[in-house]
Amino acid sequence: MKTKTFIAITLLLVASGCSSPPGTWGWYVIDPSTQNGWNNIKFLLSGFSATIRLSVLAAFLSILIGLVVALPGMSLNRWVRLPSRVYIEFVRAIPLLPMLFWVFYGLPVILKSLGLNIPIDPFWGAAITLAISDSAFTAEIYRGGIQSIEKGQTEAAKTVGLNYMQTMRYVILPQALRRILPPLANQFIYIVKMSAFASVIGMQELTRRANEVVVSEYRPLEIYSLLILEYLVLVLIISSAVRWLERKMGADQRS
Amino acid sequence: MADTSLAVQFKNVDKWFDDFHVLKNIDLKVLTGEKIVICGPSGSGKSTLVRCINSLEQHNSGNIMVQGKEVNKNLSKGTEVSSEVGMVFQQFNLFPHLTVKENLILGPMKARGLTRKEADDRAMKLLERVKIPEQVNKYPSQLSGGQQQRVAIARSLCMEPKIMLFDEPTSALDPEMIAEVLDVIIDLAQEGITMVVVTHEMGFAKKAADRMIFMDEGRIVETGTPDDFFNNPQTERCKLFLKQILQH
Repeated sequence: MKTKTFIAITLLLVASGCSSPPGTWGWYVIDPSTQNGWNNIKFLLSGFSATIRLSVLAAFLSILIGLVVALPGMSLNRWVRLPSRVYIEFVRAIPLLPMLFWVFYGLPVILKSLGLNIPIDPFWGAAITLAISDSAFTAEIYRGGIQSIEKGQTEAAKTVGLNYMQTMRYVILPQALRRILPPLANQFIYIVKMSAFASVIGMQELTRRANEVVVSEYRPLEIYSLLILEYLVLVLIISSAVRWLERKMGADQRS
Repeated sequence: MADTSLAVQFKNVDKWFDDFHVLKNIDLKVLTGEKIVICGPSGSGKSTLVRCINSLEQHNSGNIMVQGKEVNKNLSKGTEVSSEVGMVFQQFNLFPHLTVKENLILGPMKARGLTRKEADDRAMKLLERVKIPEQVNKYPSQLSGGQQQRVAIARSLCMEPKIMLFDEPTSALDPEMIAEVLDVIIDLAQEGITMVVVTHEMGFAKKAADRMIFMDEGRIVETGTPDDFFNNPQTERCKLFLKQILQH
């Protein structure tokens, strides 16, 4: 549905561009039949690699941090639970862009004052920021998945002699994983979209490249239309993978 | 000090769910090998009483002894008693992501340290005993309710418990499946195992029970042999309950 609508709108724009007076539209900037247009397209598409690398790394870190945050968050002891709760509430409250500025411009100052000379390049700055920002949500996904398993499962595990760790490992987590994976994969889409913010700290990903071509060609409508199309293709690929995963999980869900 | 002829003993046990006084001064002795049926209106504390035996619930005061060991009031430390006690739940609580056989061998292998071969052999024997050996490689969702409950019984027996608890084992079943489950439980009752069964199946109680217990509002109101209990109930509350439950 999304795809069809988008194609329809794009075709409409293209068609209107063709029939409008010169100067209103300028698809020539990304016309592959001209040398300049082809160079622009190559330059714009080459941002895919950075966007994908950044998103995959951020998602991977987020999944790890999320689990580390989520597990103590389910403890019966409130003092074990507290740091997890504070982390989630705190991180969730910070908008991505200010956090990105803080990590990229602020964190090196702190590191330096601690005597650590660790430079933070745009790629790692963006990856860390995206991972931390997203980890609050992955942590909640883990918690929701684990707590959605019926209490009777834990009770039955106890009556056949399993201890807490065995119950988690053999009974609860295998069932929770089926419920956690689809929303976790969905969260990946969020990361891909938010990776566009990395452009403001100078990372050469899709959005940054689009901005640079816009500045040199002064054709924002055409370039940004292509940019949106690039994200759409990426997200549609991921979301169809998520749907496949959901179907597979659903088929395996024997309860 | 511990009386070996006693499987379970409650002494002045009280339990609250927040403000709700669910068990009131419970005194109860279950002899080794005895089959006890507990009945009573819903909310009378029958399930809670049974769940206190294997520490799925913790009591607030009094003492509970199971197989000569005191049940700890602190739940997180109470795991050792429950391994002597098997339990069958109203909702079966089979592990849906595991096959029938995997459901049966998980406890014996992980908690008892049996080899796969030993656990497999034991599982097959028990599946034959509950009359569904052919379902061994199926998943719980592929079985009928009655079959699932029989698997749950076999899963409990796989741990070779000394005491079996049944918490309304047939209440979630379609009527035509109740008999097949009760048959298995009656079969089990012929052997030496101690059983505490919460149920409203009075026909089953007459056949299998050594002693009936009637609970109301958190107290044990009446106790007696099935004969006395059904033919000559002492309290008005019990008479009313029996009248309502037996009138159809």
